[in-house]
Amino acid sequence: MTVLDVQDIAKSFTLHLRGGLTLPVVAGVSFEVAAGECVALGGPSGAGKSSILKMIYGNYRTDAGRILIDDGAAVIDVASASPREILALRATTLGYVSQFLRVIPRVAALDIVAEPLRARGIDTTEANARASAMLKRLNLPERLWHLPPATFSGGEQQRVNIARGFIADTRLLLLDEPTASLDGANRDAVIGLIRDKRAAGTALVGIFHDDEVRDAVADRTLDVRAFAAA
Amino acid sequence: MCEEPLLIAEGLTKFYGARLGCRDVSFTLHAGEVLAVVGESGSGKSTLLGLLSTELAPSAGHVRYSMRDGSLRDLAELSEPERRLLLRTDWGFVRQSPEAGLRMAVSAGANVGERLMAVGWRHYGNIRGAAADWLGRVEIAADRIDDSPKSFSGGMRQRLQIARNLVTAPRLVFMDEPTGGLDVSVQARLLDLIRSLVADLGLAVVIVTHDLAVARLLSHRIMVMKEGCVIEEGLTDQVLDDPQAAYTQLLVSSVLQS
Repeated sequence: MTVLDVQDIAKSFTLHLRGGLTLPVVAGVSFEVAAGECVALGGPSGAGKSSILKMIYGNYRTDAGRILIDDGAAVIDVASASPREILALRATTLGYVSQFLRVIPRVAALDIVAEPLRARGIDTTEANARASAMLKRLNLPERLWHLPPATFSGGEQQRVNIARGFIADTRLLLLDEPTASLDGANRDAVIGLIRDKRAAGTALVGIFHDDEVRDAVADRTLDVRAFAAA
Repeated sequence: MCEEPLLIAEGLTKFYGARLGCRDVSFTLHAGEVLAVVGESGSGKSTLLGLLSTELAPSAGHVRYSMRDGSLRDLAELSEPERRLLLRTDWGFVRQSPEAGLRMAVSAGANVGERLMAVGWRHYGNIRGAAADWLGRVEIAADRIDDSPKSFSGGMRQRLQIARNLVTAPRLVFMDEPTGGLDVSVQARLLDLIRSLVADLGLAVVIVTHDLAVARLLSHRIMVMKEGCVIEEGLTDQVLDDPQAAYTQLLVSSVLQS
């Protein structure tokens, strides 16, 4: 079953502060991702991998084409959806794990991780229990759970971010270099999380810098250079 | 997704004599949605807030609001008692200067309790209990309930103003630069408090700010105003991460990266 159907999308940036300079990023991007499938976006830095992920998440606007996501009840085109529709999609269907944690002052790591569950109406006790299990799996020391992550190391912040990104069940999960600043043991923990998602039927699209991680989780790799904009 | 909007603004325009305040602003706001209006001083943000909250009369355009009884009313057609009741119960207005939103001559508890009395609460013990509860929610110590806000710091006064506005369980709150003029550490605490209250209570908010970090933290959607007009709008992270208009690109690029 197709969860994500990307049809002929294109993206360029117009830099008004540089005299209206246009930077083409990608064009003619088309691919499908099925439930339980993990597709890796490959290609060199600057080829547009992150831009494609951000368009799918609705974080970047799409100049042309359609991005169809099946939320289980309806098919929504992110490229033309209203802000409300995109927010609803993110709340139920569409997850994104970025490279960096956006730290919110005063909010403890455990609450940051549990928040997507509470937003889905799961009570605090269960949400916290699942958040604790997730942080344990990612080897975050328990003494850090009740502290805001502002003072954590890069790798610790990244694990909080991954825990938050993986905790809820979404039909489609986007991964932007989820293992970038992790050591071997934690990289293996993330590989395990991705495999679990795949086995549970989540469709995944990811950028993996690390070939070993990519080979361990991806069903196929899409070379983004094929979509180079003219 | 098909539920009715809480507020609908259509073609809102305001001239002060020959000078333009804002022109042809239209949007809809749903329950629980936070809309940030950003732009620099003089861009028309505060005029727009004044029009939405019926403090100013529009030169053209309408604001319709879904009343608690479910009827959709044109705000210009409300009677004065209806308008006052709306302002005191279903709406809040958090102003940049707490002194403008508080009564400085009465105690903190009375500032909160006053709104309850205005909607018919009469039992002293209940009013004091509700006031104490709200002071706690905005992190003001219980033993300060009888103190005058004059003895409060700027951050405490602003938190008191928030309690005063939220005690009647409004569905819509207008905020005009609520963190302006506060120290950075005080701002962070206030922002976190506003963020969690808005999410817990499911409030709809129209917040005017010139601070894009505030907009990013609190809002779902952004409208960018310049010279009285909306020049760009959309999902908050989309507008901030992929700004289209030249002016929005300038605003975003002017923010220091942390």
